[in-house]
Amino acid sequence: MMTILGIPVQALFGQLLLGLINGAFYAMLSLGLALIFGLLNIVNFSHGALYMMGAFVAWLLLNFLGMGYWTALIVTPVVVAIFGMIVERTMLRRLYKLDHLYGLLLTFGLALIIEGAFRQLYGISGMPYAVPKELQGGWNLGFMFLPIYRGWVVVASLVLCLGSWLLIEKTKLGSYLRAATENPSLVQAFGINVPMMVTLTYGFGVALAAIAGVLAAPIYSVNPLMGSNLIIVVFAVVVIGGMGSILGAVITGFMLGLVEGLTKVFYPEAASTVIFVVMAIVLMIKPAGLFGKRS
Amino acid sequence: MNRLTPQVILVLTLIALAIIAPLGIYPIFLMKGLCFGLFAAAFNLLLGYVGLLSFGHAMFFGFSAYVTAHAAKEWGLTPELAILAGIATAAALGAVTGWLAIRRSGIYFAMVTLAFSQMMYFVAVQAPFTHGEDGIQGVPRGRLFGLIDLNDTIVMYYFVLAVFVASLLLIHRIITSPFGQVLKAIRDNEPRAISLGYQVDRYKLLAFVLSAGLAGLAGSLKALVFQLASLTDVHWHASGEVVLMTLLGGVGTVFGPTVGAFLVVAIQNYLSEVGSWVTIIQGVIFVVCVLLFRSGMIGVMTPWLKRRGITG
Repeated sequence: MMTILGIPVQALFGQLLLGLINGAFYAMLSLGLALIFGLLNIVNFSHGALYMMGAFVAWLLLNFLGMGYWTALIVTPVVVAIFGMIVERTMLRRLYKLDHLYGLLLTFGLALIIEGAFRQLYGISGMPYAVPKELQGGWNLGFMFLPIYRGWVVVASLVLCLGSWLLIEKTKLGSYLRAATENPSLVQAFGINVPMMVTLTYGFGVALAAIAGVLAAPIYSVNPLMGSNLIIVVFAVVVIGGMGSILGAVITGFMLGLVEGLTKVFYPEAASTVIFVVMAIVLMIKPAGLFGKRS
Repeated sequence: MNRLTPQVILVLTLIALAIIAPLGIYPIFLMKGLCFGLFAAAFNLLLGYVGLLSFGHAMFFGFSAYVTAHAAKEWGLTPELAILAGIATAAALGAVTGWLAIRRSGIYFAMVTLAFSQMMYFVAVQAPFTHGEDGIQGVPRGRLFGLIDLNDTIVMYYFVLAVFVASLLLIHRIITSPFGQVLKAIRDNEPRAISLGYQVDRYKLLAFVLSAGLAGLAGSLKALVFQLASLTDVHWHASGEVVLMTLLGGVGTVFGPTVGAFLVVAIQNYLSEVGSWVTIIQGVIFVVCVLLFRSGMIGVMTPWLKRRGITG
């Protein structure tokens, strides 16, 4: 068997793939967080809970309505986004003029409610969600075995992130969005319905989290705690990348997933803490974050 | 503090009530409330008086508990030395994480502290001395100064009460001192404080270390009271709970955090049988507090108390 630095190639690429998949989830979640923060000035602590909700909605659709993976991939983000937009209209809207910390506290409370509710209903032992038929099996690439589903997750996430980036940077709608991020009252004076745009942006960010949840369902079991474990790492990713740039959030997400994967190969004990160590180093060298504009 | 103002009378009445409380209320419950009350008061020193929201205070509380438990059990230190070891650890941890975290402000500060706290949680899961999932069990309470046996629950209660009162007096002293005035100036208008020539970062860091050390004291006491240090105390849930206690009681008030702590501990005690409802109710309290009464219980009562000349 071939080895690199004493590590079997199979193991190395296997861990890199796992890292890439984790990175895909970090990227999708931090992209949504950055979008929401840009326009709403709220750090959405419930993002992890909504990701978990996405996985659960997919599971419920399958088990109670018989809807398969592909339908769930469309229906779930819509359901979760509607839930998110109701939350935005009824609660978050009241906080925009207050200190940003209140938004964090409110969404933290929401995260506890959502997580507690699913824990009360389904316990903490995960539920399995089968890989869809079309994506079962894998390819032997010679240097490693690639399960098709895992490849699909990475590709789907890249397409989503790139699509969101194009939408925001290259379309008219995106230019309104960027303008409203800079100066909402001026954009409103031009006759654009900014409050509606805020609601839709929150819905879009939340939908991204929900899609991530559906994509995650067949890889990790569907579990009420899956969101809170992820969101704290995503916060660290956001601190490292800075929330100023969409592309920055995506690149940082994938990069840190790979760093985590590599650490798992060379120094497994540190795999769960490495992202936080990177965060400490970035805070020392570049406190505003790698892509951050404001301090 | 020399005259018998209504404020002093209120404090003396509360202390008198606390002294006779074990006659009617389960002392373990009281001690849990006092430990978390001190924890929340330490957290409030940072949020209420410097305006920094730390979402990672569980790392100080939990790690101090681990060190105290380890020192008392494995090294056989007397309780006061074990507690000092815990405080020193928490303060040192506070100095390092604070030094990094104060480079960012606002929500970023909250996220950074939360991330460091999660890192320390993983350290606690892996480090051998914490015994992972089991935690450090059967921690001996020992003899205070080698003389007073703390195994008697009532004696332990009065020890915890004395430490609690002394710590709250210390916090009161800190926030009324010139140092505390500078902290409040930073909270209200940081650029102005900078332009007045204050080294804002130094003040923030010192406040962070003090807050971490006091949170550590609370964790050490809890480890001795329950004779246990476990992963629960370093988990982010504990960080969230201390935010909840402070918010519920009233941010930036002296008694608010303690009131909030007793309420949250009471909720946990009464609802511990019904599974995840505790989490759901805590979430609902968060939402209600943020949307409806941001000044907390004590904050809501302040105008009423003021009319009677009780709070200044």
